[in-house]
Amino acid sequence: MSTFHWEIKERNYGKEYRDKTLNREETSSHPLKGITVTVTESKLRKQGKVSRSSSISSQASASSQDPLSSALDGSDPLSQFAAQASDPLSRIAAESQSRQSTDGTVTSTKGKNANADIDATFEPWSAKKAAILSHYTTSEKLSITTSFLASGDREKVTVRMQSAATVSDKVKNHLEQLDDFEDGSVQEMLNLSQQEYVKRIDELNNALILAWDQDQRVRSLKIAIQCAKLLADVSVIHFYPSKFVLITDILDTFGKLVYDRIKNKATYMPKGAARPIQLPDNFTPDQVPDSAKETCRNWFFKIASIRELVPRFYVESAVLKCYGFLTSEEYNQALRRLGLMTRGIGDPLVSLYSRCYLCRVGIDVAPTVKDHQMPCFDDFLFTFKQIQTDYVQNILAVQKLDLPRYLTLYSPGLNWILQCLAHNASDAVLDEILIKCQKQCNSALLINSIMSAFKPEYVSYRAKQFTAMIKDCEDTGFPKHVLYKSLGMCFVLADPPDEDKLQLLNDVWKVVIKLKNTSDYISCAEVWIEYVVKNFSKRELNTILNDIIKHMTPDRAYEDHYPQLEAIVEKIVSYMHDFSQLFALERFLPFLDMFQKESVKVEVCKTIMAAYCRYQKDPTNDPVIVNSLMFISKTMHDSVNALSLDDDIRQIGHLISSFIRSISFGHDFEQQLSFYVEARASFSNIDAIIIYLVQCVNTLAMQTRKIVKGNHTRKTASFVRACAAFTYITIPSLSNIFSRLNLYLISGEVALANLCLSQADAFFKAAITLLPEVPRNIQIDGKVRGTEPFLVEYINNLASTLLVVPDNPDQGPLYLVRGLLNAVKNYKWDPNSDAKAIIFVNIITLLSAMCQENYLYGIDKVDSNDKLYGQDPKFISECSQFCVDLKDETFTLLDVLDKPETYKRQADLAHQMFCRVLSCGNMDSSQMSDLAVTLWQLAQKHGQLDTKISVRTLAHVRRQAGNLPAIKKMLPLLVLESRT
Amino acid sequence: MAAQSIDIKLKKVSKIYHEGDVISGVVVIQSRNELSHTGITLTVEGTVNLQLSSKSVGLFEAFYNSLKPIQLLNVNLELTKAGKLPSGKTEIPFEIPLKPKGNKVLYETFHGVFVNIQYIIRADMKRPLLNKDLQKLLEFILEYKDESEKANPKPITFNITSESIQNIKEKHNLPKFRIKGRLDSTHCHIIKPFTGELIVEYSEAPIKSMELQLVRVETCGCAEGYAKDATEIQNIQIGDGDVCRGLVLPIYMIFPRLFTCPTLATTNFKIEFEVNIVVVFHDDHLVTENFPIKLSRFSS
Repeated sequence: MSTFHWEIKERNYGKEYRDKTLNREETSSHPLKGITVTVTESKLRKQGKVSRSSSISSQASASSQDPLSSALDGSDPLSQFAAQASDPLSRIAAESQSRQSTDGTVTSTKGKNANADIDATFEPWSAKKAAILSHYTTSEKLSITTSFLASGDREKVTVRMQSAATVSDKVKNHLEQLDDFEDGSVQEMLNLSQQEYVKRIDELNNALILAWDQDQRVRSLKIAIQCAKLLADVSVIHFYPSKFVLITDILDTFGKLVYDRIKNKATYMPKGAARPIQLPDNFTPDQVPDSAKETCRNWFFKIASIRELVPRFYVESAVLKCYGFLTSEEYNQALRRLGLMTRGIGDPLVSLYSRCYLCRVGIDVAPTVKDHQMPCFDDFLFTFKQIQTDYVQNILAVQKLDLPRYLTLYSPGLNWILQCLAHNASDAVLDEILIKCQKQCNSALLINSIMSAFKPEYVSYRAKQFTAMIKDCEDTGFPKHVLYKSLGMCFVLADPPDEDKLQLLNDVWKVVIKLKNTSDYISCAEVWIEYVVKNFSKRELNTILNDIIKHMTPDRAYEDHYPQLEAIVEKIVSYMHDFSQLFALERFLPFLDMFQKESVKVEVCKTIMAAYCRYQKDPTNDPVIVNSLMFISKTMHDSVNALSLDDDIRQIGHLISSFIRSISFGHDFEQQLSFYVEARASFSNIDAIIIYLVQCVNTLAMQTRKIVKGNHTRKTASFVRACAAFTYITIPSLSNIFSRLNLYLISGEVALANLCLSQADAFFKAAITLLPEVPRNIQIDGKVRGTEPFLVEYINNLASTLLVVPDNPDQGPLYLVRGLLNAVKNYKWDPNSDAKAIIFVNIITLLSAMCQENYLYGIDKVDSNDKLYGQDPKFISECSQFCVDLKDETFTLLDVLDKPETYKRQADLAHQMFCRVLSCGNMDSSQMSDLAVTLWQLAQKHGQLDTKISVRTLAHVRRQAGNLPAIKKMLPLLVLESRT
Repeated sequence: MAAQSIDIKLKKVSKIYHEGDVISGVVVIQSRNELSHTGITLTVEGTVNLQLSSKSVGLFEAFYNSLKPIQLLNVNLELTKAGKLPSGKTEIPFEIPLKPKGNKVLYETFHGVFVNIQYIIRADMKRPLLNKDLQKLLEFILEYKDESEKANPKPITFNITSESIQNIKEKHNLPKFRIKGRLDSTHCHIIKPFTGELIVEYSEAPIKSMELQLVRVETCGCAEGYAKDATEIQNIQIGDGDVCRGLVLPIYMIFPRLFTCPTLATTNFKIEFEVNIVVVFHDDHLVTENFPIKLSRFSS
């Protein structure tokens, strides 16, 4: 076999193309679009999703036999995806809605008309909870008095209730005393930290639900009462708003449990129905059966006998919804009665929050009922003077709380009451409230709540009046900067009258500027900056920024206020979309300099950059922008280190890439290239950016080519060579080997297209020399994967490119192919795969393509080897010698596989080789046909090859045999081993 | 579940009946296997139980001298004769008219300490040897018909001041205060809430709590005279903490069922009610103002 001579089949690509092309047929409709059309009626109904395509049903009866349509089962994939895509979205929306409604509050089963009354402008309580919980915290020790948590030590501490003191001498009455706890063991848990306290309350909540599930209703009622009782306790008063949030959640749960249970048990007989059915959501009291009403009344009787005022109030409010079972008019009366009841609560804070709860329940249960709200507010105004009494002052003194902080405790509750009151209220009502406030007590607290509760439009319209009020309001200690903050928020949401805008800013800023405390100052500035950016020019913005810098710089005050300063930047960039103006602001960059903590600075840079990427639509080459953003990008880039998270790096890479993309110098390509050079120098640490830059430069080169239409002048030629040089020296700095390989290949192709032959050679050579370094496994997203599929694919790709690369005259023919082959041979392949052999087989194909007279493809203005050698016999024989070598190599591999456990691989490989020989080899040569037969027999030897493939291959060979006698001769030797 | 059970189910969910009404319902017997018995009877009973308080007559007498219960109603009915019941659920319907015994009056149900007026319906199943008899007791509630006395609103106003207080030793120790108020009526409709209002006009000492106490006054007549005792039914707080001066506080209390009934006076016993307004000051001084009230089932 040493004299084996590989003969290459000559091919006429043009003829093959003509022969093998299928007849084309003109079609009037898009094959993917009108498919459902053909589907029969019943099928259409089955897949309701694709209804939109039924409108074009008249057109496409012609394509009814389209095999595609049957394959796709009637609906085209795109619209199917679209339908699916919309599905999960709407599902999520629905979920979030239901989640909101079950979010502990009693809102779940509101009637339809109830929902209509509460529109989106009403901020639900659930939205406020988190803010209150995070704002009102304490480090002091709390205590809980309860009998339900003392599971640990069952020591019986008998604490007589206060009722015992008043009627101790009387016989213990028969009425079930709800205030008395089971076995009288009340335990007071002292010294709880806030976290523990919250945990305990959570446990109480669970205990309540558990008791309910175990049918111990009285026990759960008792738990609810105990919880409500905690609300009467004002020790650790600055935790009170949070406590209110936590405990009313439990009460809401309780109310919901009671309501749901009565509703679920209540079935009614609709007229003419044989069997009772569940009550509908919007039932009327006369549908409710007597038994349910009786249960309901029992609950109210039981609650009415709760001894203490505060628990009685809260528990009744919690189950208020159940009045709906009794009569339809009850809500109104009950709400008003409960409103009056709160007057008995002496502590002004406790009574305010009880009113707040009442309004909350009222909004949930009967949104249309508003009668109770105004009296609640009036009562509050009336009792507000109580904070001056000794009683309250004593509490404050004991708890070491100053009045301003005490007053802020009122805010959430008061805000809520006012919000309920102001919701959808006419201006007249608002005026009335305003006048009442001014008359009764022109307190800062009230004004603040009014500003946050009323419609911003209302406040903004009366901007001057409000500023005057703020100026005049009596100094009860409520911090004024909070007032200015709230005012600013109103102005941001609704513009004040145009003519007042500047005046207002001047008035307010005059006061703000004098604020001594930097945190007070910055909290105002944070809000007002938005007003300024929105309504004024950059001059005012500059002034304000300057002022902020002036306030923040002494004693490095900015260090304590990074979040606010960040928010300021965020607000500026969300309104200022003209970035050249923004960066031209004199004080903006100095402002950024205040962010001295690295992490914060990076965050700010990200914010700015993200805004830039979002709002800067057109490419720009404004030097101000370029320089500023370069600086910002550099900051971001420099923050990346070994410890950075992958996500962060990806985000930063993305942002910087977007920035690079947005910079364009138009036709000044050299400038553009020098920008890229600068960018490369600055952002060398992030692979994504480097990759992007290489691609940019390649694009640049191709653009140049396009402009000169392929005919490079001397100048453009040297420019594209500069581009190639750029990429050539940039690529090695990448850490990911596959990025490097791919970029080498692409850049080589670009160089080739631009007639930079030696550069292209260098790229391909670099790629080939890099191949042995490819590791066998690589980590992708934390998973170890074999690199083999990538590698095989890459080598195939490279090989296809090599077809058109002309040989370097300084080197021997087929220098690169030889190099590639050596690399493949020396690479440590996985012994359990046939990648190596497959590549060998593919290179045989490449070599046979190289021996054709005209290559299958080529590059405009580049003379490939077909032109260089013109089928020189020497070149051909070189190629075929190569093929012989490859054949021998492959056979060696086949020999290795000649083991029972690898028969299948051997058969597959032999079969592949057979196909290649058949398509690339000249079958007229007896040696070649013998080779083919040998391979066929090898493939069939152990009967491991898929029979279907064998049959199909054989059929193909037969078809070929028609015009080629050589193959015909071979045919009888190709025996199909039948399997036993 | 036990192998056999007996239960009474009344048609009326509320279990409230009036004189002359017919109590209708079913006796439900559930058994896993066949059940033989020697007769099932149904008894409706109404009794007034009187007890003497140990305080008024002494422990010894209280123990021995408890008064004889007065029977208001006693109806016996045989549901089935001795026989066998099939396994599973058996329902025996019944109807019993509510007629008082002799010339007695059917008083309203009342659960007190010394006086108890109770109506029960009892199903008994006698069973042959070695088997426990089965019994089920069910209380039902009796209320007056519309013919009884009607409540007429009798509003009163009151003033409680540090000067008006009696029954106190050291008057000068008392903190100065002035509380004004109004009760909407002292003759109350039992199913309507007890209402009124109260204003703390002035108080020197901080107030700890303000409460509304409902008290029953039970009187039992006996040979040696009578015993009168007042006990608390419930205590409802209407003001918690140092309430705001000058603010009108509502007085609002619902009369608990079973533990209240229309005011009743008979030859043997009396049931009356009172309301106390209690003000507790921070130093635990306690001021009580007493208002006797009359309860009626209906209003005019």
